[in-house]
Amino acid sequence: MIRQILSVAFLTGFLAATLRMATPILIASLGEMVAERSGVMNLGIEGILILGAFASFAVAYRTGSLWLGLAAGSLAGAFLGLTMAVLSVRYGANQIVAGLGIWVFCQGLASFMNRRLFGVTATRPTVTSLEAVRLPLVGALPVLGDTVFNQNVIVYLSLLAVPILALFFRATSWGLQLDAVGENPRAADAAGVNVSLVRYLAVTAGGVMAGLAGAYLPIGLYGLYTDDLTTGLGWMAIAVVVFGRWRPGWILGGALVFGAAEALQFRLQALQFPLPYQFLLMVPFVVTLLVVILFVRGEQGPAALTHPYRRSES
Amino acid sequence: MPGPSPVVALDGICKAFGPLLANDHVCFDLLPCEIHGLLGENGAGKTTLMNILYGLHRPDAGRIVLWGEEKRVESPRMAIALGIGMVHQHFLQIPTLSVLDNVVLGLPNPHEPWMDRRGARRRLAETAKTYGLQVDPEAHIWQLSIGDRQRVEILKALYRQARVLILDEPTSVLTPQEARELFAALRLFVQKGLSVIFITHNLEEAIATTDRVTVMRDGRAVATLPTTATSKAELARLMVGREVLFRLQQRTDREVAGEPVLRVERLSVMGDRGTLAVRDVSFEVRSGEIVGVAGVDGNGQSELVHALTGLRPCAAGRFWIGTAEGTHASPRAILAQGVGHIPGDLDEALIGELTVAENLALDVHYTPVLSRRGIVDREQMRRRARELIRRYDIRVPSEDTKVKALSGGNKQKVVVARELARQPKLLIAAHPTRGVDIGAEEHIRNLLLEGRKAGMAILLVSTKLDEILSLSDRILVIEKGRIMGEMQRQEADVDKIGLLMAGSEG
Amino acid sequence: MTMAGAGKPIKAAGTGRVSDLRPVGVLSTLAIVAVAFALGALLILAIGGSPWQAYRALVVAAFGSANGFAETMVKACPLLLAGLGVTVAYRARFWNIGAEGQIYAGGIAAALAGIYLGWLPAALQMPLALVAGVVGGALWGLGPGFLRARLKVNEVITTLMLTYIVVEVSSYLVHGPLRDPTSGITISPQLARAAWLTIVLPRTRFHLGIILALVMAPLLYLALNKTVLGFQIRAVGENPRAARVAGISVERTIILAAVLSGALAGLAGAAEVCGVQHRLVEAFSPGYGYLAIAVALLGGLEPLPVVFSAVLFAALLNGADAMQRAAAVPVPVIYVIEGLVILFVAARSLKRGVGL
Repeated sequence: MIRQILSVAFLTGFLAATLRMATPILIASLGEMVAERSGVMNLGIEGILILGAFASFAVAYRTGSLWLGLAAGSLAGAFLGLTMAVLSVRYGANQIVAGLGIWVFCQGLASFMNRRLFGVTATRPTVTSLEAVRLPLVGALPVLGDTVFNQNVIVYLSLLAVPILALFFRATSWGLQLDAVGENPRAADAAGVNVSLVRYLAVTAGGVMAGLAGAYLPIGLYGLYTDDLTTGLGWMAIAVVVFGRWRPGWILGGALVFGAAEALQFRLQALQFPLPYQFLLMVPFVVTLLVVILFVRGEQGPAALTHPYRRSES
Repeated sequence: MPGPSPVVALDGICKAFGPLLANDHVCFDLLPCEIHGLLGENGAGKTTLMNILYGLHRPDAGRIVLWGEEKRVESPRMAIALGIGMVHQHFLQIPTLSVLDNVVLGLPNPHEPWMDRRGARRRLAETAKTYGLQVDPEAHIWQLSIGDRQRVEILKALYRQARVLILDEPTSVLTPQEARELFAALRLFVQKGLSVIFITHNLEEAIATTDRVTVMRDGRAVATLPTTATSKAELARLMVGREVLFRLQQRTDREVAGEPVLRVERLSVMGDRGTLAVRDVSFEVRSGEIVGVAGVDGNGQSELVHALTGLRPCAAGRFWIGTAEGTHASPRAILAQGVGHIPGDLDEALIGELTVAENLALDVHYTPVLSRRGIVDREQMRRRARELIRRYDIRVPSEDTKVKALSGGNKQKVVVARELARQPKLLIAAHPTRGVDIGAEEHIRNLLLEGRKAGMAILLVSTKLDEILSLSDRILVIEKGRIMGEMQRQEADVDKIGLLMAGSEG
Repeated sequence: MTMAGAGKPIKAAGTGRVSDLRPVGVLSTLAIVAVAFALGALLILAIGGSPWQAYRALVVAAFGSANGFAETMVKACPLLLAGLGVTVAYRARFWNIGAEGQIYAGGIAAALAGIYLGWLPAALQMPLALVAGVVGGALWGLGPGFLRARLKVNEVITTLMLTYIVVEVSSYLVHGPLRDPTSGITISPQLARAAWLTIVLPRTRFHLGIILALVMAPLLYLALNKTVLGFQIRAVGENPRAARVAGISVERTIILAAVLSGALAGLAGAAEVCGVQHRLVEAFSPGYGYLAIAVALLGGLEPLPVVFSAVLFAALLNGADAMQRAAAVPVPVIYVIEGLVILFVAARSLKRGVGL
């Protein structure tokens, strides 16, 4: 068993799977990072993942187009992100409760539509997943060529998103304004920044990314849809944002850790690792728990996180 | 003979917040190159009026005329574009960002959206040079001193080519020396063609620095006078609407203070930024005496108070309350030793959603006074509250009203009532009259004096020098966490204290 | 608000305001329910069903007969107990999302007691099983409570992760060590007879636990308003800073609130196992713990209104199957309605002129 685990074949497969599984977490975390840096905590991303997954699967199945599916998932995410934005910004709602509401609503809606459209059948409907694209030149490298540079398009795009977002925050005025809104909305307001607009955009963008992450699950990973497809990925994404101290580079690291945990769990099950499968299923949750416990000290994130902003007489 | 036409003219401004009429048909004008003081007590409507000029509020009625043209100032962005800059009392800065980023935040760039930091740095240096202000553009705000931060606020306005500069209570956080530097800077600005509006509640400053002064009271502008044509007494009368006597309470009673109740020995306390906020402080407070701690806000007073009440850990040194050591005690243990604490921040003192009776019982609800075997005697709690409301003249419909409905002054009275009701042997009072109107201010000060007479030891922390001077038997001056000097009240005067507050050994 | 002098960043001692969730008006509550059902009706229409038929079937099944009503109350029991648990936690500003996990922890503990302690005197069995459930749930609340109080760890994530974990543990138990060898399906052996909760209404499943739950509501009301701990929970939930200044131990209060919350949810799990299934079944809770959050929120975090809220959601659960049979409306529509209720409660603190 140990020899099997330490073989090159296993490790290469494991690394490739890590990247594949890390991708939805990465996309969702980056989106949540954008929202949180503007001061809004969206706990509903687990729900957005679920609904995004269902929307993309349903559309892809009916139309045969994977890209339409991805678009549908992202659109669902945009709508839900906008809802969260309205609740948090316009109504100053308790963000924890609002996020919860979105989660439960999405679970219900996805389950409802799933039953309605696909019913309970003997064989599950499937879609073909996105093909891997081996990059020229780098794709021929020994280990990296098979793992990092032989993935589907969404994986590449999500990796690109990391430096793009880092650049956004460091070198553009939009990024500066977003950070200002998250740290001290009153100061940003006085400086002429449209606090509400920035938060609306940030939270909706976060929703789009969560929707895309969800859309990726049936299309880029599993090829099918079930009610519990997301298995808590949204919550892991939130933990990753904390772990990554709201910075894109570190978030990539965190997403890889979680991707590894998920990949490992699947592989060990396949190898019939001598542990009841339920304990293997627990691994990502235990990892999330440990991450959140160990990495919570010090940084508490943007100062105005979860505080609604009201322009009023002080 | 027609004088110069006003740069800013506010005509008949009205603004109400719910039932509160903050501005009542206010007329105000600002002439070119003048420093115009806007004087009034807390709640007189000064900040509201300026917020309207700056576009933070929309007036319910009235006109704003800038440089002869009527304008609707819809937002700060518009106000800035029209040439109006404002330095608020609570700085509007992003602590985690640099000075440069704070200054350029919200401004359009030539290569939108890419930031042009190099160009901005150049322009900032030019502006700083023109107006004689020194700052390091790359420093992060959280690293700066208060005086520096204020300079950044001013630079923000100047960088945006403000022609009118509004300053809201700028000296409330400065030492007397820093305040003098600020006034000199304002004179320079005026020479360069700016016009300045200076909001304050401090009569001395208004007299010393302004060309004209407008007094506001209860939302109305009661008078506008050339500063040279008026006096402190007249301004005070206008501000308060009644004769105010300037007598410092001359107490001929010379009670001898008793045993030390609070003994502090070489206490050091860590601040929030990783540096010591209180350094090696030693002093004592005896029963029957009031020890006043004078100092500009942010020099370690709040950390000291928090350390002495168990809310913040001590990094070094010790302190005793009576014979019991308090250095590592919990807040509850310290309270149990007979200590009363009036926190400087109302948010730390009262719970808005709970009733007045519950707030009055916050510190005793778990003691045998009000509870037995884990059950609270609510009837007794309310009875006690009614008694306290009566005794301390708290204006409230009933003891079951939620505290958040009370006015600032009455909220403070609730806190004072609660702490004094336990007849503590040591009272630590931080800014006990902050945000309170003159009537309640006198009442609270008298309560402190009564406590002193009854043998209470009182540690008074306040930024109001006249309060320190009139109440304290001994005065300690704190600056950057150290006790710079200690003096008896007879030897004390504003200048001496000011020097100590600024760090000189005076 | 940053004070000009202090320069400290705004420090949130625990996120989210409790007072936002508590303007409890009967009218606004009814409005929320009405709108949520209306939107649900739209959804039903959208798939070609008849809302009238669906809702009628729902109401008839839930309240139309003695048996139906009894079944509604059977489902109300765990919703009420867990809802009360969530109420306690939220009043202390401890956002317990893991009531579902605490239900499982309690159910597992009660099952273990009922199966393995059958040799004890009969009179002890039932109370012992219930106490085991309480302890199990309390322990599952203690961890996150401690982590939040001492280490400021976000309780939303910890309670949720513990939920996912304990559900797997439960699955493992009934597939493995606790599997009933005589049965074909994965369930545990039966609990000892004496541990079963007595049936109060003959020919129904209306069990003693329901009475227990109904008694808990006024007890919790008294606890919150008349006891020292209740006072401290309310104070800490509304303004932890001021509570601390007044000498209240914020940490201890949060931990106690978390433990109490878990205990109530654990009792809910024990009541289910001892009163309804009499065994440990793999997924014995159809999301009661999550529904309990909606129950508590709709009740405005007040123990007595939570009773009505619990009965409402129980009716939804109970009638859902009938609704599906009669009008071909998929069961998950009730979760859509539940989500809408939570969203509307979040928006309930409408303050005109906020933000945009």
